[in-house]
Formats: sequence, C-alpha cells, structure tokens
Amino acid sequence: MARLDDSAGHYRALYDTAKAGLPGLGLDWLERLRAEAIERFAATGFPTARTEAWKYTNLQRLARTTARLAPAGRVDAARLAPWTLGDEAARLVFVNGRHDPELSRLPALPAGIEVTTLGRTLDADGDSLRDRLGRQVALDERRLAALNTAFMTDGIVLRLRAGVTVPGPIHVFHIATGDAAPFMVPPRNLILAEAGSAATVVESFVDAGGGAYWTNAVTEIAVGANADIRHVRVQAEGREAHHVGLVEVRVERAGCYRALLLSTGALVARNEYHVILDGEGAEAEIDGASLLDGRRHADATTVIEHRKPHGRSRQVFKNVVDETARAVFQGRVLVAVDAQKTNAHQLSRSLLLAPGAQADAKPELQIFADDVKCSHGSTVGALDATALFYLRSRGIDAPTARALLIEAFVTELIEDWPTGAVRDHIGAVLRSALRREPGGTGPAA
Amino acid sequence: MLSIRNLHATVDGRPILKGLSLEIAAGEVHAIMGPNGSGKSTLSYVLAGRDGYEITAGEVVFKGRDLLELEPEERAGEGVFLALQYPVEIPGISNLTFLKAALNAIRSYRGEAPLDAMAFLKLSREKARLLEMDDKLLQRAVNVGFSGGEKKRNEIFQMAMLEPALAILDETDSGLDIDALKIVSAGVNRLRAPDRAILMITHYQRLLSDIVPDRVHVLADGRIVASGGKELALELEQKGYAGLGIKDNAAAA
Repeated sequence: MARLDDSAGHYRALYDTAKAGLPGLGLDWLERLRAEAIERFAATGFPTARTEAWKYTNLQRLARTTARLAPAGRVDAARLAPWTLGDEAARLVFVNGRHDPELSRLPALPAGIEVTTLGRTLDADGDSLRDRLGRQVALDERRLAALNTAFMTDGIVLRLRAGVTVPGPIHVFHIATGDAAPFMVPPRNLILAEAGSAATVVESFVDAGGGAYWTNAVTEIAVGANADIRHVRVQAEGREAHHVGLVEVRVERAGCYRALLLSTGALVARNEYHVILDGEGAEAEIDGASLLDGRRHADATTVIEHRKPHGRSRQVFKNVVDETARAVFQGRVLVAVDAQKTNAHQLSRSLLLAPGAQADAKPELQIFADDVKCSHGSTVGALDATALFYLRSRGIDAPTARALLIEAFVTELIEDWPTGAVRDHIGAVLRSALRREPGGTGPAA
Repeated sequence: MLSIRNLHATVDGRPILKGLSLEIAAGEVHAIMGPNGSGKSTLSYVLAGRDGYEITAGEVVFKGRDLLELEPEERAGEGVFLALQYPVEIPGISNLTFLKAALNAIRSYRGEAPLDAMAFLKLSREKARLLEMDDKLLQRAVNVGFSGGEKKRNEIFQMAMLEPALAILDETDSGLDIDALKIVSAGVNRLRAPDRAILMITHYQRLLSDIVPDRVHVLADGRIVASGGKELALELEQKGYAGLGIKDNAAAA
C-alpha cells in the first residue's frame, strides 16, 4: 500500500548528506551497520496504527515532518541545576545529542570503571565497540532503532569490569534546545556490565526550549552474571516534542536489571523496554509512572522474555492522567519452554483525573513452560471519592486531599528503593510533576 | 451545641431522613439506635458533609452556625468529627503524615500556628497510649493491613488527636471483640468533656453499658420516634424494636 508520507525517502536523503559527518568514519563494520540500518528503516518507514505494537500510539504527524539532524546547541548550566543529583559519580551532558564537556563532570573513577562518550570512542578507538555496538538491536523488527543506528552520534559508553561497583550514580543528561524548525536527536548509549559489577545509571531527557524536535534514543545494556544494574529514565520533554526511546537489555545468569521510568510524556512519547532474561535465575524489575496533563501522550511498552529457568520479573506501572492526556501501557511477558520455575508479575494502574483523560492497558502473557507463576492485573479508575471525603472530614481541604492521594498513588512505586540521592531525586521529580510546574523548569531542589 | 430541626434528606431522589429533629448540648453523650435502613448512617454523613446527600428541608445549627453550608473540611475546622463505620484504607500515606496534615489544617483554620514535628510526635505518642496503640501502627499507611479492631481504634485515636467539639461515632462498636471494645470505650470515656458533645450511633446496647449516654433516641424510617434516658436502650434490648411498635425496615424487606 502506498504510504502517505515520504519519510523513507526523506531520511535516506538526510543520511546520504550527513554520513560523512558522523563519528567513526572509515570504520568498515560501522559503515555497513549504518547502511543496513537506513535500508531497514527505508523499507518500511514509520510504524502505523496497522502494526499491532503501535495501535495506541500514532506517529503519523512525526512521519510527515521533514526533520533535519539536530543542530549544535548551548544551554546555560543553571538550566541543569534543578535536575542535578547529589552524589554523582559522573555527569555526562549531551546537548542536542552532542557531548558538552563544559557542562559534564567526569572525576577519576576507581579502576575497572570506564566512562566515555560514543562519539569520541568511535573516532579514537572504534574497533573496541565492533562486536558490541548494535548487537542487541534487531534492525528488522525495530525500525526506529534502525533509524537511530544509521544516525547515532553520541551518548554514553559505560564499561564495567568484573566485580566493580560504581560509587554513586552516573547521570546522563540529554537536553534539547533550539529554534522552531523540527530536528531529530539520536542518542545512543551502551552499558556493558561484566560479571558481578554494579551501577546505577540515571538518564534524563529534558527539554530546554527545543520546540518540535524529536528524540529517537536507543540504550543497549548487557548485564553479566550476578551483575546488578539500576537504570532510571526521567523523560520530561516539551509539549511539542516527540520521544521514541528503546532500551534493549540482556541479562545473564543471576544478574539483575532494575528500571524505573518517570515520564511526563510529550506530544507523543513512547518508552519501550525489551529485556531478555538469558541466564538461569536472571531478574528484571521495571516500574514506571506516567504523569500527564494537557494533551500529552505517553506510551510505556515492555517485552520481557524469560528464556532460562528460575527467572523472576516484576512490573508495576502507574499512570496519573488529567485533562485530555492519554497513557498507554503495553506489557508482554514471554516464557519460553525451557524457562521453568519462572515467576512473572505485572500490574498497571491508572488514575483518571478528568472526563477527557484516557488510559489503555494491554497485558499479554505468552507462556510455553508448564511450571511457572505468572500474573497480571490492570485497573483504571477515578480518585476514590470515599478516601477524598475521609481526608476532608479530617480538615484537609479538597485540593490538598487530592494532591496527597495522587502523590500516595505514585510514590508507592519508590517505597522499595534504597534511600539516598537517587531516591530523593525521583521523589522530587514526581512531586514536581504532580504540582504541575511548567515543563522544563525541573523539580524543586 | 447542635440543633437539628425537621431535617429531610434524599439519596438519589429517595427520601431517607424525613423530619428528624435532635438537640444536643455541650458535655452530653447521646446515643441513636435504630433498625437497618432507618437512616443512621445517612445522618452521620449529612452532618459530616459527604457528597451524594440532598437536603430537601430543615436545618442544622452547630455552635450558632449553619452547618449545612460548610464544606467537610470547614466542618472539621469548626470541630465536627465523624468516626467512620468503615474506615478507609489509604496506601502510600502514613498514619502520622495524614494526622499531621489534618491537625495542622484544623489549626490553620482556627488561626493557630502549626505544631512543629517534635510537639506533634509528643502529642501523638501521648494519645496513642490512651488507645493502647502500637507505635508501628502510627508509621504504617492509613488503615492498610489493620484488623477491624485496629481500624476502629485508629478512628478514636484520630478523635483524641483532633479534639473535636462534636464527635459522631458511627457504629464504632461493630466488628470489635470484647477486649477491643473495652479499650475503645475507655478511650471515648476519657474524651468526655464539658465542652464536647458525643453522638453515638449503634445497633447494640452493649456499647452503652461501657459508654453510658445521657440520652437515647430511637430512629426509625427517618425520624426520631422515641427518646429517653439510658434505660430506653435496655428496654429496646429486651423487647426489640417490634416490642416498641417499630417496624424493622430491613426485616420487612
């Protein structure tokens, strides 16, 4: 069927003009990877609602936009302040997708912890990434990740040797800024955690007056045996922006990947996780909160594949949706025939604050093993009128009572997080979003 | 302190209260008994200001003010407190956070400075002892995972903290075992005060032997049909509502 947009032609032409300026020029394997990726994207273009996985999230407006590659941008350090974590082991700031050394902070780290940027690594030591970069992304299935792969320019490369623990969170800032002309930012991160290593990585996607840009981000994470990776994504972008983010994770034996997603959406935002539990006893926890107002849209899509026995996964997603915003949760759990004794739980709960607010939940369990414990649940409802009356009958005014109940609904998510700078930051981001502070100003310190 | 005059209220267009009148003076404890469906809980919700009840006639004057014009939180500020028959569970808010917000909201309504953290903790420990409440219950989310008895005890603990002028106890005795009933009754008795009125709604005479009321009223079909001293409750216990010529709506239905 003929497509209404010519996104394929547009991005292929953009690639042809841009490729000489992309990092890693001259690396054969990378050129082949990029060329294959742009062809994979061009073969199909943007997904449409006819694709089941994109039923609830419409990218047609984006598909009709002739975005250019992100121009260089500058942001004031003060812009970062409200989003900054305490106790950061390192901070890497990417403005419009390019590393900004002045805003970044990279102190000496213990041996075995290597924090670099993708652009510099590809230019200086590209072959060290040859067998790792792009290994976890199926270009034929993830067409927007394929587009990212063609254009990938910068991001973080974190390599952890066996047994090391990073002494504090690593903060990766992605900030968009610029004029009104639409542009694409293609951040690409790679996290390789060898056996027994541990780290917390916080990614923040923030809009500093970026207008109608779109973020097309890919993060690949390899969690080695017994390694423990915590990964927070704060996705707080502008009302005119698009965000498509894919996190590809592979977890080996007894390794653990824990994710927390905090999204205030965008014009259209899609945060997608694909986690493969590829070793015995591997674990994944993905929790998420979407706090949406106006006509924002946020889609959280997860696929967890249990491939080996004794794996465990848990997902809790909470949405607070106001005005005419829309939250989507699609969660698929696959349990392979060999993955006996799998324990998989999934829950999504949505709170609708206005008659025009909408929430869609699509849980999917596909189980081929016969000795497993799997469950899912989903609720959509308004604020509990009885609870509201209870609080008011104790003297608490209606707006405060509503705010307390909404805050309680979402902060339940972080009750199990270890106390410290990251948890404090997450709490501040949540409360700030609930107070409806204008987008881009960040959470109160 | 509280004057209810010819109160008529409907729920979804259905009349529930049909001309109820009641006078309660400061320092008094009144009990309202009555069969299921007679309007007992409706009365308590109407007094506390819950949505969903339409007042079609009558008035409620509390300390000289028209109570029905006030929002629920304003009534709390004026000193009205309702201990719910089914206390609500609120995951994610600790009992103490909730009570501190409530206490300081009421203080602010009255133009008083908020209690600081230390003074609040001291007060809550003192009041918790009154109800023999475990400190752990204070830290837990409001009513979440509480037994039926603990929830009711928590209501009276809140009452002790907020020190209302008018406390309405809606079937506080239901779901309590004998020991819990003793603790709750002792707590309520210690909260009796010359400047405080208490309105107890109950099915059973049992509670009234522990908290002895000044007046007992029988509510049937939306009206007070009999009033008397504490001996009226005993008479009801012995003869039943039918013995007093009162139709039990629930039984009739």
